[in-house]
Amino acid sequence: MIGLQHYLTLSAMLFVLSIAGIIINRRNLILLLMCIELMLLAVNFNFIAFSRYLGDETGQVFVFFILTVAAAEAAIGLAILVVLFRTRRSINVQELNSLKG
Amino acid sequence: MMMDFTQYIAAAPEMTLLVLICVVLVADLFFEDERRILTYWMALASLGITLWVLLATTPSARMEVFSGSYVSDSLSQVLKLAVTGFVAVAFIYARDYLRANDLHKGEFYTLGLFGLLGMMIMASANSLLTMYLGLETLALSQYALVAFDRNNETSAESAMKYFVLGAIASGALLYGISWVYGVTGSIQFDQIATALLKDPAINSMPLWFGVAFIVVGIAFKFGAVPFHMWLPDVYHGARSPVTLYVASAPKIAAFALTIRILVDALGDLHDVWSGMIMVIAVLSLLLGNIVAIAQTNIKRMLAYSTIAHVGFILLAVFTGTEEGYAAGLFYTLTYVVAAAGAFGMVILLSRRGFEAESLRDFKGLNARSPWFALMMMFLMMSMAGIPPFIGFFGKLNAISAVLGGGYTGLAVLMMLASVPGLYYYLKVVWYMYFEEPEDLAVLQANTDTRLVMSLNGVAVLALGIVPGWLWALCLTVLGGQ
Repeated sequence: MIGLQHYLTLSAMLFVLSIAGIIINRRNLILLLMCIELMLLAVNFNFIAFSRYLGDETGQVFVFFILTVAAAEAAIGLAILVVLFRTRRSINVQELNSLKG
Repeated sequence: MMMDFTQYIAAAPEMTLLVLICVVLVADLFFEDERRILTYWMALASLGITLWVLLATTPSARMEVFSGSYVSDSLSQVLKLAVTGFVAVAFIYARDYLRANDLHKGEFYTLGLFGLLGMMIMASANSLLTMYLGLETLALSQYALVAFDRNNETSAESAMKYFVLGAIASGALLYGISWVYGVTGSIQFDQIATALLKDPAINSMPLWFGVAFIVVGIAFKFGAVPFHMWLPDVYHGARSPVTLYVASAPKIAAFALTIRILVDALGDLHDVWSGMIMVIAVLSLLLGNIVAIAQTNIKRMLAYSTIAHVGFILLAVFTGTEEGYAAGLFYTLTYVVAAAGAFGMVILLSRRGFEAESLRDFKGLNARSPWFALMMMFLMMSMAGIPPFIGFFGKLNAISAVLGGGYTGLAVLMMLASVPGLYYYLKVVWYMYFEEPEDLAVLQANTDTRLVMSLNGVAVLALGIVPGWLWALCLTVLGGQ
């Protein structure tokens, strides 16, 4: 029987994976944006699992809002990515190093 | 069910602001570039109207509306007045700079206003969902603002860094929120507090796990060590008016986030979060002050000093007493006054094609403009915490709150950590008064910029001479928590 803890474990694994992806990935900013999306989806998983477990709809409503915000966030992220690519012709994470101190 | 219109009164300022933003947004499309100044005046008028609605709808008592997800009380009222005022100050400082650098676009004002909407929602949030939505409204506007100068490489880079780290912070905060929801079964602050009181058994590992993530999210948004990496880069990389915007009002919103979540909802878990907050605050205090010494760029220096000031604010909150919360609010408000002025001065010294970013650009300012040098001295001395400027009372209240909580060691540390601050702030004063100017250009500023700058500089002195009323106000608004 799949219980609450299985869902929570899966969600935690997804969350850790997304953080690891952000930290390990040194090459491509698009991958970074995907990891950020994955992170929000992991949170959604948590909310839905808890919502079902508690028999309370609040968590599911929260998920709808998170999905909306995630879309807006992706839009802003991609827009910044375009600006970045236009000014320096690269989306390599390692080359984001002109600001130091 | 009967429609109850009284609940809309509590949110009237936000609704008014939203409508006005839409008006500004659409009207801006029809203005020619040379008449862009109209957008500026419309934005200021929107702020004025919002301020008026805010004052006109002051609630006589705490009012919870929209099924309890929104609250209007004296704390939200004070925070909203402050953020609206500081956004107005940021706009006034920004105008001439943006025009001189061919950046005078309507987007600056509309994004700034949307950010303000987010901050006002955060100030009034009474559920985790409302708080999250306010936070994201603010954050998304800020990401776009930082990338506002599209042809500037460093702006784009700092915007990307800000975006990625900000998104991680939101993710961490949300993950924490999901655990708190799962354990307490509610996202409304007062219901979470009630659930904690009713069933002490839920005060266990899963809840602490969630609280830890929430603290991480808050620390990120405040820019506290070890989650401060974005702050110097964003302050440095963004154009100066954007830096001013990011450095001023959102700090007040971050304070609202802290108080609403940690105190309103999780006040009974003080034992759980206070340890984490203390470690974060002490690290911020030490690292911010030490690294600021080595900076040659004034925006970076102010960024690191911000981290140190955040340490003070968080230590005041850490005490868990009403006096501590009030000291945190007092410190936040007074720090933001000085920060707005300092970044305003950076804007004032800049001109077309020249950013007064280096500390050296302040050399001999006294010879170029004695009045502005005096104002800058006031601001720097306030940040350094020298009496009779207001920064001194901020530090004093924070330290006495920490002492009142019985943490003598921490209070001593706070005093010692203020010493490096004396060095790097007074270095600016030394440069202004005792060094030869390297840059002899005449300062150009319009009357209203000069006026606001003078008011800003005089305010840190005047508030420092009569700090009593502000302290009383802070105690009153946080007394009922």
